[in-house]
Amino acid sequence: MTTAAPTAFQRFFDSDLWFGFRTSPVAIGAASVALVLIVGALFAPWLAPHQPFDLATLSLMDSLLPPVWIGEGRFEYFLGTDDQGRDVLSTILYGSRISLLVGLASVALAMVLGVGLGLLSGYVGGRLDAFIMRVADVQLSFPAILIALLIDGSARALLPRDAHSDWLAIGVLVGSIGLANWVQYARTVRGSTLVEQSKEYVQAARVIGVKPWRIMMRHVLPNVLGPVLVIGTINVAQAIITEATLSFLGVGVPPTSPSLGTMINNGNNFLYSGEWWLVVFPGLALVLLCMSVNLLGDWLRDALNPKLR
Amino acid sequence: MMHKKQSMLRKGALALALTIALTGVAGAKTFRIADQGDALSMDPHSLNESLQLSFTGNIYEPLVARDKQLKLVPGLATKWQQLNPTTWRFDLRKGVQFHDGTPFTADDVVFTFGRAAGDGSDMKSYTNTISAVKKIDSHTIEIVTLAPFPILPDVISLVYIMSKKWAEENKAERPVDKRKGVENAASFKANGTGPFRLRSRDPGVRTVLVRNLNYWDKVETNVEEVVFTPIGNDATRVAALISGEIDMMQPVPVQDVARLSQNTNLNIMQGPELRTIFLGMDQARDELLFSSVKGKNPFKDKRVRQAFYQSIDVEAIKSRIMRGAATPTALMVAPGIKGFDLALNKRLPYDVEAAKKLLADAGYGSGFELKMNCPNDRYVNDGEICQAVAGMLARIGVKVTLEAETKGTYFPKILSRNTSFYLLGWTPGTYDSHNPLNALMATPGASGQGQFNLGSYSNAKLNELTAKIASETDDAKRNAMISEAFKIHQDDVGHLPLHQQALAWGMRKNVSLVQLPDNFNQFKWVTIK
Repeated sequence: MTTAAPTAFQRFFDSDLWFGFRTSPVAIGAASVALVLIVGALFAPWLAPHQPFDLATLSLMDSLLPPVWIGEGRFEYFLGTDDQGRDVLSTILYGSRISLLVGLASVALAMVLGVGLGLLSGYVGGRLDAFIMRVADVQLSFPAILIALLIDGSARALLPRDAHSDWLAIGVLVGSIGLANWVQYARTVRGSTLVEQSKEYVQAARVIGVKPWRIMMRHVLPNVLGPVLVIGTINVAQAIITEATLSFLGVGVPPTSPSLGTMINNGNNFLYSGEWWLVVFPGLALVLLCMSVNLLGDWLRDALNPKLR
Repeated sequence: MMHKKQSMLRKGALALALTIALTGVAGAKTFRIADQGDALSMDPHSLNESLQLSFTGNIYEPLVARDKQLKLVPGLATKWQQLNPTTWRFDLRKGVQFHDGTPFTADDVVFTFGRAAGDGSDMKSYTNTISAVKKIDSHTIEIVTLAPFPILPDVISLVYIMSKKWAEENKAERPVDKRKGVENAASFKANGTGPFRLRSRDPGVRTVLVRNLNYWDKVETNVEEVVFTPIGNDATRVAALISGEIDMMQPVPVQDVARLSQNTNLNIMQGPELRTIFLGMDQARDELLFSSVKGKNPFKDKRVRQAFYQSIDVEAIKSRIMRGAATPTALMVAPGIKGFDLALNKRLPYDVEAAKKLLADAGYGSGFELKMNCPNDRYVNDGEICQAVAGMLARIGVKVTLEAETKGTYFPKILSRNTSFYLLGWTPGTYDSHNPLNALMATPGASGQGQFNLGSYSNAKLNELTAKIASETDDAKRNAMISEAFKIHQDDVGHLPLHQQALAWGMRKNVSLVQLPDNFNQFKWVTIK
């Protein structure tokens, strides 16, 4: 038996967190579903039977085929095709990439922005604090989707008119969802910062002359991050739904490279004509993705809360 | 505050009482209709679009109207005659009042034609042959045309007469111009002479018309109130009709026609429509606004236009996107339009290899990138058609970025020619080929010709023919010239015609109405049992 210090890996596997995870069937279930979907999205170019974003490979004559187990269904289009002849399974795989990308990137943006402003607000206090928190108050009084629509709309109006590409559309989406969601982080971090900065270790650092910037980053920040991670996880699902909503409303990604929301929006037109697979499968993928991420976030919150142990 | 509330309550109660009284007396019916998009403005001169003209055509009236067979009948003019080849005299109807009670006179007509020909008007292609409108006396006017123009009465049947006094009082002397963001009261209020009055207008949400009880003519409708709601989503619109929330909708989504026809509570009316759907290309600029090709404009090369034409599989669009409810066309006019020439209605073959070769010959062997503009709530499956076209063009190496959007933003954009490649549909409002020649194909000019030639296709010979067709009275000669002009346009590949869409209106069984092939819906012919 060695007495060397345990590696980060070993420390993780010995931790309460891992034990809690191992013994929670819900967490394991949610994590596996999320993993399958994420792997499917990440490796879409190798896993998907078709390349639905490559318009040249689409054939209109293969449009609106049902899933393989019904009537005219063909094995090459396992979950059927949409009205443009896109394979539904492949589009879901590629579409979840956009959904996940937008979800993760916008949460990262919101987190960086929110944590930064919250930290500043709580630590500096005074007028700056009042200003940031009033802005936050105003923004909190609107639903996030409205803010996202507003930002999305103005960004599109302001950008140069020939700047129109898929990546730009995704960038605008990330920006608008991110900017719509920073408030929660800022509020949480500000509250924790206020608590932390009156503690002895911060005061001690201050007394020995550590620069405020360094105190914020090195001493306060690590101690306020716990709740932020929990909010972040739950917000990923929310951001994915916001993206789907924006795309469903037709202001998201362009129709030629659909995300899950665009697919559901399109499928919705066929609800009464019998082509149910156009809306059911992407809807199912969205529900599974959001539910598993949410359940994980929920579990993380309980696991990190000492009072619930 | 309290006082205001009470007064509002009282007003509400009064309105309610009035409604009940009215309903009690006349067995009043409300006709609730939905379309996939809204009429963008109540101003009858601000947008030359069927839905807007159809809707405002219930509030406003032209001098010369059309009956159920589309034949010309007296409207606000009781009779008209040609005094000499370029002068027409119109006797105006006496005793007609606008909805606000102002009597209708020759001044209103003179004012209207000035407005429709003036700055910001979208109706210039109907007025560009007119040189003057003169008042003779209070109920007589004369219209003078630049050249002999035998179809003048047909052409002015879509110029709706507004009240001069009302327009001045409401500062609406000029048309609403969405291109320049010019709005005025005429967008939200209306004062016509028609069988219906505008009661309330909530753009994009709900527009309510009520019967004009002072209307000069007897009308057969028993509808007292019309509630118009735009419902963009196909499934929602269908659900609203099935549940009885609305009495009528247009268009019925092509994917739902079969299923809805079996519903015993509903009646699906289908018919050929005079509307031709086509694609237009910017052929004027030296460099396209939205393309990867810099320093030159690929659409100036006929080979590129023809390559686009031959890469589009209209039969696949017909069978898959339109589910059979379309007629592929090689012409910019439908059968039923005067001047349609069956012999010319032969499309260039769909041939991807030939298209690739043409593109390579023109120097674009490796393709290029291009933005395409498209509405997604104006024509039947317009957004889907554009997606399919983008897919077909991808096969010859042209990478299309599709910008599909609601017509409220789409029309101002393409009408100010901020586009390189676009989709449009056109119904000749006059049922005559001169209209598309004058509005879609003639070189754009200041007085209004080519106002919808958004890619500025230009051929001097065609312009010359268009002017001659306007004055020609001999039908055989005229038709020959129309065919010649269409042939020139075809040989130039001036536009890419796709198909004529089919009309599909859905309604509850108790509704009877007249379906016109130009997709106009006149509420005065609607009865509800």
